[in-house]
Amino acid sequence: MANAALALLLCCSVAHAIDPLQFKDREQEVRFQNLTRQLRCLVCQNQDLADSDADLAKDLRKQVFDMMQSGKSDAEIKQYLVARYNDFVLYDPPFKPGTLLLWLAPGALLLVGAGVLVNVLRKRARQPVAETDTGEDW
Amino acid sequence: MIGRLIPLAVFLALVGLLLFGIEWNKHHEMSEVPSPLVGKPAPEFTLPLLYDSTKSIARRDLLGKPYLINVFGSWCPTCQFEHPILTAQIKPLGIKLIGLDWKDQPDDAKRWLAQFGNPYDAVITDQDGHAGIDFGVYMAPESFLVDAQGMIRYKRIGMFTPETIKNELLPKIAELSKPAAVSP
Amino acid sequence: MLPELGQFALILALLLAGVQCAVPIFGAWRGQATLIALARPAVAGQAVFVVLAFGLLTYAFVTQDFSVAYVAQNSNLALPWYYRFSAVWGAHEGSLLLWVLILNVWSVAVAAFSRRLPDALMARVLGVLGFISFGFLLFTILTSNPFLRHIPALADGNDLNPILQDPGLIMHPPMLYTGYVGFSVAFAFAIAALLGGELDVAWVRWARPWTNVAWAFLTLGISLGSWWAYYVLGWGGWWFWDPVENASFMPWLVGTALIHSQAVTEKRGSLRAWTLMLSIIAFSLSLLGTFLVRSGVLTSVHAFASDPKRGQFILGFLGTVVGGSLLIYAVRAPRVAGGKPFKLLSRETLLLINNLMFTTAAAMVLLGTLYPIVGEMLDAGRISVGPPYFGFMFVLLMLPVVCLLPFGPFFRWAGADWRAAIGALKPALILAVVAAVAAKFIAPDTSLRGLAGVAASLWVGTGIALYALKRWREAPRGGRYTPEMLGMILAHFGVALFLAGVLITEATSVESDLRFAPNETKSVGGLDFKFRGVQRAQGPNYVADEGTIEVSRNDELIATLHPQKRQYAGGGQIQTKSDIDPGLTRDLYVALGEPLDEAKQGNGAWAVRVYVKPFVRWIWLGGLFMMFGGFTAAADRRFRSLPARDDATAPATPAAPPAQPAQASA
Repeated sequence: MANAALALLLCCSVAHAIDPLQFKDREQEVRFQNLTRQLRCLVCQNQDLADSDADLAKDLRKQVFDMMQSGKSDAEIKQYLVARYNDFVLYDPPFKPGTLLLWLAPGALLLVGAGVLVNVLRKRARQPVAETDTGEDW
Repeated sequence: MIGRLIPLAVFLALVGLLLFGIEWNKHHEMSEVPSPLVGKPAPEFTLPLLYDSTKSIARRDLLGKPYLINVFGSWCPTCQFEHPILTAQIKPLGIKLIGLDWKDQPDDAKRWLAQFGNPYDAVITDQDGHAGIDFGVYMAPESFLVDAQGMIRYKRIGMFTPETIKNELLPKIAELSKPAAVSP
Repeated sequence: MLPELGQFALILALLLAGVQCAVPIFGAWRGQATLIALARPAVAGQAVFVVLAFGLLTYAFVTQDFSVAYVAQNSNLALPWYYRFSAVWGAHEGSLLLWVLILNVWSVAVAAFSRRLPDALMARVLGVLGFISFGFLLFTILTSNPFLRHIPALADGNDLNPILQDPGLIMHPPMLYTGYVGFSVAFAFAIAALLGGELDVAWVRWARPWTNVAWAFLTLGISLGSWWAYYVLGWGGWWFWDPVENASFMPWLVGTALIHSQAVTEKRGSLRAWTLMLSIIAFSLSLLGTFLVRSGVLTSVHAFASDPKRGQFILGFLGTVVGGSLLIYAVRAPRVAGGKPFKLLSRETLLLINNLMFTTAAAMVLLGTLYPIVGEMLDAGRISVGPPYFGFMFVLLMLPVVCLLPFGPFFRWAGADWRAAIGALKPALILAVVAAVAAKFIAPDTSLRGLAGVAASLWVGTGIALYALKRWREAPRGGRYTPEMLGMILAHFGVALFLAGVLITEATSVESDLRFAPNETKSVGGLDFKFRGVQRAQGPNYVADEGTIEVSRNDELIATLHPQKRQYAGGGQIQTKSDIDPGLTRDLYVALGEPLDEAKQGNGAWAVRVYVKPFVRWIWLGGLFMMFGGFTAAADRRFRSLPARDDATAPATPAAPPAQPAQASA
């Protein structure tokens, strides 16, 4: 098992994944760049598909490119990959029961914090400020 | 006083989470990604045989009996470690063994099998990796257990070890006689 | 023999750290001056042995003593001499020793510059620092000894990872650690105050300069890391929300809240509980970061080798330090809200909101970073949390901060004249909106992000300039800008630069993977890139294919770039070394790919990636300004004077008159 991990690590060198592809136009190129940056390379799992030099990444980029050329939308391409590779291939965690906590907790924390803050401020505001305190000090 | 203890409580929960993380890490491979294809039909494929490229095997050719697809390549060092285990422990189980030579040159694969032995009932090649993508293959070796109706029952990421054969593969093979649990 | 001496030095340091921790704190508790007096000598003694150990490890690297396993794992005969120094902290064991060394440097500094501190407070502060040092030394000796021998000695070692062979590596970890570790001082002051039951807030005045300096170093360390990732990793990105990056960013976020909270507590006596808590949390996050990077609990591009045993040790240490401090807080934190009262609309309120937003942001980053573990615990499969989550959430949380930032200096303490403040800031708002609209006209396809960047940076930048102007006009000559105020102005201006850099670069960057035949010219981002072919080049420990690319605008040559593809002698590792033409208004960035012509190989066509990135340097320029702001503020002489017992330290009673007039405006 450790060998598998080692094999994965060895391949994730700092060589670049530079694939000139023949895009229809600049807009398609930008769309491709944006899309591949939202996808994770499963071999080098801390790189996105745009940057990974892994063999599989090259194949998948070609796949994404072909699908784009044949008119598939971003959502369809993502769906294609997720069906084969698991949600993990998306950098954006989908909104599912398992990720509810992830998406909602910061907002909830903020609301609770704001509530406490308002409470505290109200209590403070009841204390009169001294006449001589101009608040001019820095 | 209670309010003051909240940070401590949160911290203790965090420590609990991290302890769990360490324990989990000991028994799992961080890089394993569970496959969404388990419990679903195996993808369509038609791939040429390694030893006779004029002939090919398609998904429907394999229906009727369960089989284990083992993804390997002559370039893959871990596959060398898995090979004797395949031959000695999995082959005798009597299940049909299909070798999928993934992203490889046929000559290299033939040489590799000649050197290490060929335990497979048939070897098919996927040179451009397209079938691999359909199966969600992202490294070698990987293995898929497919039942007689063509549903994927189990996927092994990485090489088989005696423990994983005993704890994971054998129970799954025993379940083959029952119908597959359909996954959402 | 020398490595064994190094081990011995570590053990002696450990013993002295134990003395430094236990004796002065006990002495402070019992009021025994002789025990308290042991604090400074213990600090000095421990530092001597830690420096010795670190020096011996460095010596082993410089003399290439491959009988030491750590040296063999991280350097080889071909490694240039200047990288032998930085290889010392290239992996887990050495970087841990660096951690301890830096902690000792801080401890010595605190011991040396705290002559005016009350003895009991100083004893407790040094005692806490001793406890932390003890834990790390114990960890080093028991699980991560860098002096272990490899018998028989190897003839040659492994290569240092090529991406670590870079000037950036020499600077980034030490600066980062100096910041990270420096929060231990604020932590020590807070714990000392809690232990001593200090009701007044004099301790905050002592703690402030140390905290500002630590924050400045952390800002520098993070900026260096980002800049280094940009030009070494070569993917044009400068922040990846990688777990290890997040581990350094969380303390920074809480540290930012802390330096502001300390200002309130020191001047007005309020927000004491916040300041105490933030001091504890900032350093706790530093410790947590150290844990995450070394325990293997999370995968990351640059985590150190993982080991569950090490992870358990650090977690135990983390639990003791943080758990203990939170317990002390629960028992001894002030129960009544103290300090001078303030109205709803006041600077205090703004800074309270600041505290809340930054703390929530840090919590969000923590949640996202650790969520994969939560996912496994909930059996929800492999959950992937990446830039789309972090980037989105962070921007959302920082939006209120950016909007409120310029109001800070204009709002007075206790009760602000908000109408006057809005009036004063109107020019900034108008300028921001007008500029954004103008930008939309000039470059119609600028995205919303780019326009937001223009507006936000002008809002913040003009806002702070307006305040500086107000001070210039209204304050008496010679007293216009205290260092503290100047620091604030610099740092907030840095925020404006940073905003401009981030948002404009994101909106206007151009990237393209191109196929270049020899002498072919292609146009990217309005500039012409001409490929002049590839040649072999030789480095000290590598061979490379070096490409030449000429960049021109309207037929005028503006830059020549030489990207390389290197192969290192030691491990045969391939590294793409991109070349950058830096500029204040844009970076030109080129990376060499593979030869695309099977037949002609190196002399045929090549794949080349080209980037044009406007304003990207402003990101790190902003970071530098923030850093200068932190250092400048720390230099304020008021922190070194004895705080007068004025009403900033008295409990909150409205009848308390100010004891000394205008003391605080010195």
